[in-house]
Amino acid sequence: MRPYLREKKSFSFDEVPENTSFEAGYLVTANSGWRSIRPVVSSEKCVGCEQCYLYCPDGVISIKEGKALIDYDFCKGCGICAKICRIGAIEMEAERK
Amino acid sequence: MKKFLSGNEAFAEGIRLARPQVISAYPITPQTIVVERLSEMVEDGSLKAEYVHVESEHSAMSCAIGASAAGARAFTATSSQGLLYMAECLYYAAGGRFPIVMMNADRSTALPWNIYGDQRDSLSQLDSGWIQAYAENAQEALDLALMSYRIAEDKRVSTPYMANLDGFILTHTYETVDIPDSEQADRFLPPYETDNRIDFENPKNMAFSAGPDTNSIFKYKEHKGILAAKEVISETEKDFAEIFGREYTGLIENYRTDDAEYVIVTLGSIAGLCRETADRLRESGVKAGVVRIRYMRPFPNEEIAEVLSNVKSYAVLEKDISFGNEGAVFTNVNSALKKAGVSVKGYNYIGGLGGQNISASDIEKIYSDIVNGTDDVNFIGIGDEENGK
Repeated sequence: MRPYLREKKSFSFDEVPENTSFEAGYLVTANSGWRSIRPVVSSEKCVGCEQCYLYCPDGVISIKEGKALIDYDFCKGCGICAKICRIGAIEMEAERK
Repeated sequence: MKKFLSGNEAFAEGIRLARPQVISAYPITPQTIVVERLSEMVEDGSLKAEYVHVESEHSAMSCAIGASAAGARAFTATSSQGLLYMAECLYYAAGGRFPIVMMNADRSTALPWNIYGDQRDSLSQLDSGWIQAYAENAQEALDLALMSYRIAEDKRVSTPYMANLDGFILTHTYETVDIPDSEQADRFLPPYETDNRIDFENPKNMAFSAGPDTNSIFKYKEHKGILAAKEVISETEKDFAEIFGREYTGLIENYRTDDAEYVIVTLGSIAGLCRETADRLRESGVKAGVVRIRYMRPFPNEEIAEVLSNVKSYAVLEKDISFGNEGAVFTNVNSALKKAGVSVKGYNYIGGLGGQNISASDIEKIYSDIVNGTDDVNFIGIGDEENGK
């Protein structure tokens, strides 16, 4: 299972852990606000080879129905996936906000 | 088994008996021998541990944190500049509640460069969240090594533990030390078990961030953990006495304080000379006593206030100066008295900086000064006619 954005809630005193460990992948805040360019996967070209999945430093790429899928809540726009894609299936496009 | 050992060697023997699974360390005078001995024990198989050669103290502590986060019992040791270099990681270890044990050989900090003993290195880290113990002799050093993991790993505490030995005076001088056998040690100290670790069956985020909404709750729990060490230290020492036959007295150790009028409060190896001096002064009618602080964190607030409540005056003798104020121990002692509503005049003596010798006559002079009244903060050897000032 991949991490997903949880609804933000306030933790009571007892719910705050005694140490700094907690359920893996418990994410409450999207972390991609400073991304200026975004990777866009061409579903026609992508062959699902998983090279981008292996190289992504943020672990935001998964393979769905044989194609790369990018989680834009956490993608920082570094462009490594586009660089590593040998068949040019990923293009970096300017963010339009 | 009795052996003739230095403080460093005695501590290494205590750690061998505690069976750490990972040791990461970088050598620095006067700590070097403790990690050299441990590396020899790993080499000859008498200690089954992963010995990690790291490139710095920052890495040594980072490695210990990683080991602890994998559920291992971890050990490291350092001194002086090395402690300061790993300072960032001390806070990580404490905030992450990783019960790492570290020996620190108390040594001066630069500049001027100096390798000899004082307590300015460890006392500068009082706020890092670590339990801080100060040994007086090699036997206590070994015993602290063995007790440290029991205290640090207790679920109520889960706090890293720094055992401090005066550089050279303790780390490099030899005395007869009783080394317990490993069956006794195993009975005293069970293997480390924790939920605060990487677990493939139950994946967790480790060492995460916490925003303004919960941060103070984490810090409050960290504070409660180190405060709980007080009770756990007392229980641990009781069990220790039953198994090994040596008794310790908790956060402080009092000497001839029952009827004392003038008391020196100190910590570390100088306490022995203070007691001898107190004995001599008692023969000439001065009601002298000594309080040795064994733990600076958690701080013995109630114990200090109780023992000093009926004295005429006291001196805090420490190898530390918080520049621009006074010695850090003096500040802590005064705060304990103020909170308890005890109003007794106290004086601060800063001595032993950079390995400066503190003699019996220096200590005698402290007692005579506090009988007659003197400056609030005094540096031993400064302004003394004997020193030609």
